[in-house]
Amino acid sequence: MGFRVGFTNPEVKEVVTYRFRDLLALEPLSAAELTFLLDQSKPFQEIQRHPLKKLATLRGKTVALAFFETSTRTRISFNTAASRLGADTMNLQAEASSLKKGETLLDTAFNLNAMKPDCLVMRHSASGAADYVAGRLDIPVINAGDGTHEHPSQGLLDALTIRDRKGTIENLNVTILGDLSHSRVARSNIHLLGKFGCRFTLCGPAMWVPRELENIAPGTAIRSVYKIEEAVEDADVIIMLRVQTERQHEASISANDYILGYQLNAERLKRAKPDALVLHPGPMNRGIEITPEVADGPQSCVLEQVTNGVAVRMAILYLLTAGEVEGGAAHPATQAVPGTPATHNRRATDRSTEQPISKGKDS
Amino acid sequence: MLEFRAMKIVEKAQLMSPAEIDRTLQRLAHEIVEKSGGTKHLALIGIRRRGVPLAQRIAQAMRGIDGVEVPVGTLDITLYRDDLSKVAPQAVLQSSDISFGVDGMDLVLVDDVLYTGRTIRAAMNGLFDLGRPRRVSLCVLIDRGHREMPIESQYTGRVVQTSDSEIIEVRLREIDNEERVVLVDRVE
Repeated sequence: MGFRVGFTNPEVKEVVTYRFRDLLALEPLSAAELTFLLDQSKPFQEIQRHPLKKLATLRGKTVALAFFETSTRTRISFNTAASRLGADTMNLQAEASSLKKGETLLDTAFNLNAMKPDCLVMRHSASGAADYVAGRLDIPVINAGDGTHEHPSQGLLDALTIRDRKGTIENLNVTILGDLSHSRVARSNIHLLGKFGCRFTLCGPAMWVPRELENIAPGTAIRSVYKIEEAVEDADVIIMLRVQTERQHEASISANDYILGYQLNAERLKRAKPDALVLHPGPMNRGIEITPEVADGPQSCVLEQVTNGVAVRMAILYLLTAGEVEGGAAHPATQAVPGTPATHNRRATDRSTEQPISKGKDS
Repeated sequence: MLEFRAMKIVEKAQLMSPAEIDRTLQRLAHEIVEKSGGTKHLALIGIRRRGVPLAQRIAQAMRGIDGVEVPVGTLDITLYRDDLSKVAPQAVLQSSDISFGVDGMDLVLVDDVLYTGRTIRAAMNGLFDLGRPRRVSLCVLIDRGHREMPIESQYTGRVVQTSDSEIIEVRLREIDNEERVVLVDRVE
């Protein structure tokens, strides 16, 4: 069957497919590339519903998971995604790693790479860390969160969840509530959904909503407000953010004041559109930023996000590690599908442009 | 390793006309109903891409036989291929769509050409991830030989002797905007 791929009828156009070398950020990706990534996650969503969820697609491949910053959900999600694709994983966790013994990030990365994994999934507290490592390794690097910069797989799984529930991610009113200054999730959400015409309202205590966020995505409508009632008015989607105590230098607002001013409760949710969705990247502080009745209510997508996270990460791992990547002998995949334009061949981010190590407000 | 070189392709013969394709599918539909001994647990699974319209047409033909309504699912085998690292970069994934439970079902896989048997091996792996069908059989429009797996079709439209360099192209109106089966040859 694969044989015939090269000899398709010239009358029939080829399907658009994109090559990605790394996945470091959503900011540089086009709407078409993002749509491709979301579409490629669909078959993996189906696999989550199979009684037997294990594939052999990446059998023999090894995925290195390097979490220099603690993580539960994302690490388990990537681990599950890799094992469902049949890949093996090697795990590095901050507490147990030699980072504690003074090894540099790059040395740790080189050492992991010397064990010959086929790709590296990494999280680090420094913005730009994944980009820095990707430029120095010959294997694909997937950013699983770098400081306050981006968390691309979270942005993708949020968009997939919204698209499944709403049928579209175009032209929605998106409200992001909470600690925006430290949120890589918010930045990835803005960079993705902004390319589809979504309008953003950012809300939280003033010191957590830096005005420069309004300019991070030129062409995207972003406004900041400081009253939650105003922020949720007419919202299609409300994305809650966790209060990130580990990134704050001093206690800036008491839990009680936060609850009074910014907790999403059923009363406040009524101001949004009746079918508004509530998302939370987790872990939730129940009773602080969100009440249990909202978190467990019909508008909440919290657990769908987690399920979709595995599907999105399977798609990312599949796209980055299946097939012959080395040697540059890549040939554009040519599956014939009528009515679609010609094949593209480019990588997700251009490594020739070095990004600064620190982006946004680093902790 | 498969190489995609620019090669001249010469059409050698037309193997089936639109009318012949239609007659063959009618016959296959009859054979499947007859040999399955009832359609109660019967379902067709079209293998993407050209197996899908073929399965739908066979189901349509079965409706004409005695009004039997046979469910049709579609299966994308990309994730189950054994040559993913060889076929230069990843093939684009498409959704499989099997909306019925396969446990205890009598499934007929439908594809256009049976060649090495590797596609069918992959399809069976995919099917068994969905459950435990009672029986799986295979229906193809063309069997061109050159098997590399112990796989045979139970319902065969036509057996065609081919050489390795020859290619069978099944062109269907739903996908290719034309309807015929041709034998082409590669000339280096």
